[in-house]
Amino acid sequence: MSTGRGVLVMGGLVLAALGMLYGLHYAIFVEHQTLNRMGGSLAQAFLSAAQRNMVDAHGAIDAYASTKYDYVRQVDVHSHWIGLAMVLIVLGGVLDNVAFSPRVRTWIAVALVAGSFAFPLGVILQTVSQGGAIASTLALLGSAIVTIALGAVAWGFARSRA
Amino acid sequence: MSTQVVSTNIAETFAPMSARRLLIFGGIALIAGGMLFGDIFAVFVLHQNGGQTGRAILAASEAVNARNALAVKEVFQQIGGLLEEHGTKVDTHVHMTDAGYLALLLALMQPYVVLSPRLKKLLAGLFLTGGLLLPVGIFLIHYVALAYSPFAVIGWASVLADSAGALLIFVLLAEGYGFCMFFQGKASGREPELPTQRTWERRTLMSGGALLILAGFLYGAWYAGVDLYRHEAREAQILKDMLDNSASGQGGAVVAVADYGSLAAERTVKIAAHSHVIEFGLLAMLLSFVQPYVGLSERWKRRWVVLLLVGSAILPVFVLLEMNLGLVAAAIADIGGLLVIIALTGMLVGVLRYSGRLDLGPEAGA
Repeated sequence: MSTGRGVLVMGGLVLAALGMLYGLHYAIFVEHQTLNRMGGSLAQAFLSAAQRNMVDAHGAIDAYASTKYDYVRQVDVHSHWIGLAMVLIVLGGVLDNVAFSPRVRTWIAVALVAGSFAFPLGVILQTVSQGGAIASTLALLGSAIVTIALGAVAWGFARSRA
Repeated sequence: MSTQVVSTNIAETFAPMSARRLLIFGGIALIAGGMLFGDIFAVFVLHQNGGQTGRAILAASEAVNARNALAVKEVFQQIGGLLEEHGTKVDTHVHMTDAGYLALLLALMQPYVVLSPRLKKLLAGLFLTGGLLLPVGIFLIHYVALAYSPFAVIGWASVLADSAGALLIFVLLAEGYGFCMFFQGKASGREPELPTQRTWERRTLMSGGALLILAGFLYGAWYAGVDLYRHEAREAQILKDMLDNSASGQGGAVVAVADYGSLAAERTVKIAAHSHVIEFGLLAMLLSFVQPYVGLSERWKRRWVVLLLVGSAILPVFVLLEMNLGLVAAAIADIGGLLVIIALTGMLVGVLRYSGRLDLGPEAGA
């Protein structure tokens, strides 16, 4: 097995296990509580409005929006890490068909693994400080690296057919 | 690093009841089952559930207008139930198909996993058991709820789902350990690699799959950059407008509820298009590895490949068009999903035919 293929398959396995461990931790310790908090905030907003307490109602909507912001990103991290892991393992099976030198293929593999790790990490860090610049930059950079590396793989496939 | 045997005979790579065969059968069956569940959910539950949720939110707005706090509480209990039903059904579909993808991936990896054939087979069995129990547990969460549960917020169905998830993680870690052994140059089980012929079917599935995944990545980046934050801000604003209108009795609650429903639908179709196009791309690439085991004529193999790729393009495109074309687009998207299921079933039948012929050996010819 070439170095590039090994990097992709090993990186994919580690990322899949990481995504699943995160998902298991999230399902047991975080998700139910988060959903309860989200539903509770929304219900509280309507209750406050029924009592004509509009300041509290708007505050509860803001709390709901903030919890949902975190919830969406927490679920996204789980699904994106596992999804990207599967893409990595599949590409590990076909990397040798990509018409570049072994050295370039290894760099493509490293870029795919690094981007696949960094992109969801940036997304989850956005929940630490909502709208944080570093986290958003990491997510943007990670997704750009993965997309460019995948584009290179597609180009390599096209070259191998020519 | 261990050297690998490259088989000249495809049959050697598909031994009867081997881990690879179990994972390929089980993987395709889980994917087909998950997609069928998704199609049934889309046709019979999704739209009805969305309509009921919209009506419940409108009822909550009317209760706010009437200053009826008790009615608000009752409506929100109903909304919680509707959202849980929707969420668990989506998760059942996603987790069943994803477990199938992982099973196919593990099948590809088997030549590089340095464990005994018996242990590999046991792990394959455990993985498929976990892959089946996880979506079953998730599906039951809504129906079992907290009945007889000793926990405050986690019911027995969640315990089943979480245990199945832990089983999948255990198998994955064990396979990873076997893979590390391969890299350390430990003796492998001398299991031959998958056949590497570059047939038309394999090349088409590989290229089509890579293009679908790339399209999904680009669309996802566009959605995150253009829509995600706008949708989040708009949702909070619509809810505030809804409450303000209801409390002041201005009568704009119906419009606000309609806006809320429209936003939820827009968000759902955009995320569904993004995830489905990537998943179908991945599926196409995975199925390219299985093609040597599809015991059908060239013509039929090509038909299934074309059908799969056509369905994979139709579903996400028409899911996106649902915002403009409504139920017509939804019906076409469902047909796209059905095409993928039919192609997948056709390939599974081909694999069954191939393994049947293989197991019968010389008798097959007679």
